[in-house]
Amino acid sequence: MRTIDELIADSPVFAGLEPAQLEFIAGCARNEHVDAGVMLMREGDPAERFWLIRRGVVALELYVPGREPLVIETLEPGDVVGWSWLFAPYRWALEGRTHGDAHLITFDGVCLRNKCESDHDLGYALMSRFAANVIDRLQATRLQLADVHGNVAATT
Amino acid sequence: MVPASFEVVDKRQDTADVWTLELAADSGEPFEFQPGQFTMLAAGGAGEVPISISGDPDRPERLVHTVKAVGLATEAICAAQPGQMLSVRGPFGRPWPVDEAEGANVVIAAGGIGLPPLRPVILRLLAQRERYRRLLLLYSGRSPDELLFTDELDDWSRRGFDVLVTVDAAGEEWDGHVGVVTKLVRHAKLEAGEVLVMSCGPELMMRFLVSALTAQGIGSDSVYISMERNMQCGIGRCGHCQLGPTLVCRDGPVYRWPEVSPWLTIREL
Repeated sequence: MRTIDELIADSPVFAGLEPAQLEFIAGCARNEHVDAGVMLMREGDPAERFWLIRRGVVALELYVPGREPLVIETLEPGDVVGWSWLFAPYRWALEGRTHGDAHLITFDGVCLRNKCESDHDLGYALMSRFAANVIDRLQATRLQLADVHGNVAATT
Repeated sequence: MVPASFEVVDKRQDTADVWTLELAADSGEPFEFQPGQFTMLAAGGAGEVPISISGDPDRPERLVHTVKAVGLATEAICAAQPGQMLSVRGPFGRPWPVDEAEGANVVIAAGGIGLPPLRPVILRLLAQRERYRRLLLLYSGRSPDELLFTDELDDWSRRGFDVLVTVDAAGEEWDGHVGVVTKLVRHAKLEAGEVLVMSCGPELMMRFLVSALTAQGIGSDSVYISMERNMQCGIGRCGHCQLGPTLVCRDGPVYRWPEVSPWLTIREL
C-alpha cells in the first residue's frame, strides 16, 4: 500500500517536490472516501481544507438564485479542489460537490499554511505550483468566457 | 463550374438551430467525396454558401450536410423540405490526411458545429479500424442541448473510439465533463509521438488546443485543422477566401497547423 507522500508525488501540483517536503505535506493529509452528492465546500464558509482527487469527479457549482446550481467546471483525478485556504480571507468562493463516489486526499489547509509560514522554501514551492494551477484554470475560464461555441461563422 | 440539382430526401433537426439534410442527385449519380471536403450549397435565390459534407464517404449515394442556421442562405437551406431541390457545386478542397494517419494514434478534436466536418473522417477511421492505433474523440460544446450526433457517440465508442465530451456549462442533470477542450487533452493521457490530430471548431478553441497539445509533448506539425473563410467561387478564382499566401477553398480547408498559424493572430486578416 502506498503512503500519502507517494500518492501525492504523482499529482501535477506536487510533482517535483523533495521527498522530505512531500512527507512534510503528507503530515497534514489523510485519505478519504466520500459518497456521491456530498458538498465539500459551500460559498462563504471558512476555507480550511482542500482536496486532491484520486478517483471520481467533483463539480464546481455557482449558486444562482431562483435556478438550479450551475456547474461551471468538473474536476477529475489529479486535479486539486480548492485554493481559498491559501489566500485571505480564507472563505470559499464556489461550491464543490462530489459527482458519484470519490476517493480524495483531504488536506488540512490551516496546518499546511502554518508549515509554509515556518518553512519559506516549502511555501515558495507550493505557492509556485498553486499559481501555475490558477493560471491554467484562468486560461480555461477565459476560453469559456469567450463563448466560442456560441459565436459561429456563417459558413458552417 | 455549373451547379447540379439535388433533391432533399430526408431531414432531421439536431438542435434548436442545426439541421441535417440528406440529398440525392437529380441525375441519380453517386456523389464521391473525401472526408473534409465541402460543397457550395444554395436554396432558391438566398445565395450560395460553403458547407462541409457530414455524411459517410462510403455511402456516396447520399450527400449529407449538417447546417447551422445563422444567416439568410443557411436559414433557407435549413428550411428546405423533403422534395425541394437545392443546387450543389463540388466537392471542393483538400481533405483530411486519412492515409497519413495510418499506424498512428489519431485524435479528433471538435468544437460545436466543428463536429460535422469531422464526422466523415470518424466514419472512415471506424470503417478501417485496423489501420490505426488509439482513436480518440475530444468534443466540446456550449451546453448539453447543443451537442450534435449524441445518438451516434455511443456507437462510435462501441466501435473503437474513446469519446470524451465536455460542455462550457451545465445544470445538475449533466453528469459529463464541464470545462473547455484543453481540459480533455490533459485527461486523455495522450502518448507523445505517432499522434496525428485533426481538429475543426472555433479558431480560438483550436489555438488553445494546440497549446494544450504542445504542453503534452505533441508537436504542432502533427495537428491538422479545417479553416473557414469567406469562400465564394470554391475553385480558387475569386480570392475572397485568401488567408496569407493561400486560398482556403483551393489549398484548404484542411491545413497542417504550421501552414496557417502565422496568419491566425494577424488582425483584420
